[in-house]
Amino acid sequence: MQLSMTAKKSFTSFTLATDFTISGDRVGIFGVSGSGKSTLVSMLAGLLEPDSGEIVLDGDCLFSKASKINLRPEQRRIAMVFQQHCLFPHLSVKNNLLYGFKRCPAQYRTIDFNSLVDVLKLEGLLGRGVTNLSGGEKQRVALGRAILANPRLLLMDEPLSALDDSLRFQIIPYLKSVGEHFGIPYLFISHSLVEMRLMTDTALVFEKGTMVEQTTSEQLAKSRMGQSPVGYINLLKLGRPAQNDGLFAYPWGASRLLLSVGSEREGSMAELSSKDIILFKQHPEAISARNLLQCRVRSLFSSGRKIGIELDCAGNTLIAEVVQDAVNELNITQDSTIYAAIKASAFRMLPS
Amino acid sequence: MTPLSPTDYVAIRLSVEVACAATLLSLPFGFAVAYLITFVKFRGKVVLEVLVNLPLTLPPVVVGYFLLLLLGKQGWLGALLDEAGIRLIFTLKAAVIASAVVAFPLLVRSLRIGMEDIDKQLINASRTLGARWHDTLFTVILPLSVPGLIAGSSLMFARSLGEFGATIIVAGNIPGVTQTIPLAIYEYASSPTSENTAISLCLVSVVISMIVLFLHEMMAKKMARRD
Repeated sequence: MQLSMTAKKSFTSFTLATDFTISGDRVGIFGVSGSGKSTLVSMLAGLLEPDSGEIVLDGDCLFSKASKINLRPEQRRIAMVFQQHCLFPHLSVKNNLLYGFKRCPAQYRTIDFNSLVDVLKLEGLLGRGVTNLSGGEKQRVALGRAILANPRLLLMDEPLSALDDSLRFQIIPYLKSVGEHFGIPYLFISHSLVEMRLMTDTALVFEKGTMVEQTTSEQLAKSRMGQSPVGYINLLKLGRPAQNDGLFAYPWGASRLLLSVGSEREGSMAELSSKDIILFKQHPEAISARNLLQCRVRSLFSSGRKIGIELDCAGNTLIAEVVQDAVNELNITQDSTIYAAIKASAFRMLPS
Repeated sequence: MTPLSPTDYVAIRLSVEVACAATLLSLPFGFAVAYLITFVKFRGKVVLEVLVNLPLTLPPVVVGYFLLLLLGKQGWLGALLDEAGIRLIFTLKAAVIASAVVAFPLLVRSLRIGMEDIDKQLINASRTLGARWHDTLFTVILPLSVPGLIAGSSLMFARSLGEFGATIIVAGNIPGVTQTIPLAIYEYASSPTSENTAISLCLVSVVISMIVLFLHEMMAKKMARRD
């Protein structure tokens, strides 16, 4: 997907001005509330007409003020997944799913209904009405409905913001299936750095109606670490655990981690904040934290008033954060060896 | 209570017919006007709103008189219709028109309230899923307007049933032809010996209105349960 957008839209107290060209199939739009993300998405989908400028998607002009082109939403083949799922309350799950499918021109219909039902695990819901579904089920149906419209681009406007924390991570694999299973490029809008890293490769950062940065999602998370109250969230892929003295011993690459929470499932994921890693220059004599990892400092980076330390722990990567004074006292430099201590209770399991 | 005469039964039948016809005829127009006011931005929207609501504030007799000026033989529209051989004044059709005009604001108001309750994002979702505007109108807006449609129709039917002022001006009070329940009650009430018949017709009027409102409540509850 290649998207070029040089559009402007003014409201009484807010102006959105975009000027970017971006390529990629997993693109993120990041910004706090009020930064103009939803306005941008509405202009792209054809729901809001820009005051000026041009929008070009994969070489097709969707909007051009100068050339007086403004394709209607149904002509753009850009589907949307909304924050509040927006399912049609008068239709069953099946008829919601088929709404876009029936309106899609036959030559673009490549996605099979049954295969989508399988991937999104919707089989048992098809005959039901939508009003009594759970939040996660609703969002899966909304996603399925948008995918079945066979769009050339899918816009996901903060699709996880209405869900609680545990549900968010249950839905993410389904959202990822848009690209991985169905091959549809998407634009993922969020104000969550973790969601951005899980869902996108490239991110456009918006502040007060202006794009201020175009970067990788990983780099974005690192650069925002110092301002984030939760720091940088390390996402750890873990193997099948074994019970160990009341704790769960998870294989993590060549290392082993002890966690106070766990499940017997294979391929679990855990998150760990950069704030929960304590660094030692030498191997401590005795320590209450159950995990002590010998690491090599791969690199240091500055983020706000914090210094991020990228650690290589037997081939695995961890990001820790410290203040400048700690860097000086521990004499942390690139390629130096250091010990990272992590309490077993510092990890949080993510639903797989 | 005095038993009703055959003319009274005709008046009851005509009342129901007039109310049904006025409601059914107004539905498409009411829906279109409510849609325009709720979803479409255009110049002069306030003027349209004022015109639609005007019969609600004007005395029905005034509305009737305007209709007489418009539809009478010398009226702008009446003259044209007369040339085409269509006569409206002092017919049941005039009673239907009078009822429709007087009760129209109630229908539009209810429909509008129902439409304003529709989440605009549902309309956006429909458009991004490939629906054209008229497709969205019939597959999203219309089905979701049903509660407003039911409420508006019930109100309009009940109001039409009781319409008097405009009807007597444009349709007259011809027993068996244009005389509806309110007109018959008026006639009986004017006569010192027919008070009991007037009361009987009042009771009939109350029963019909109660049935309509009861049906409305039933349907509203059924819709709410479905949600």
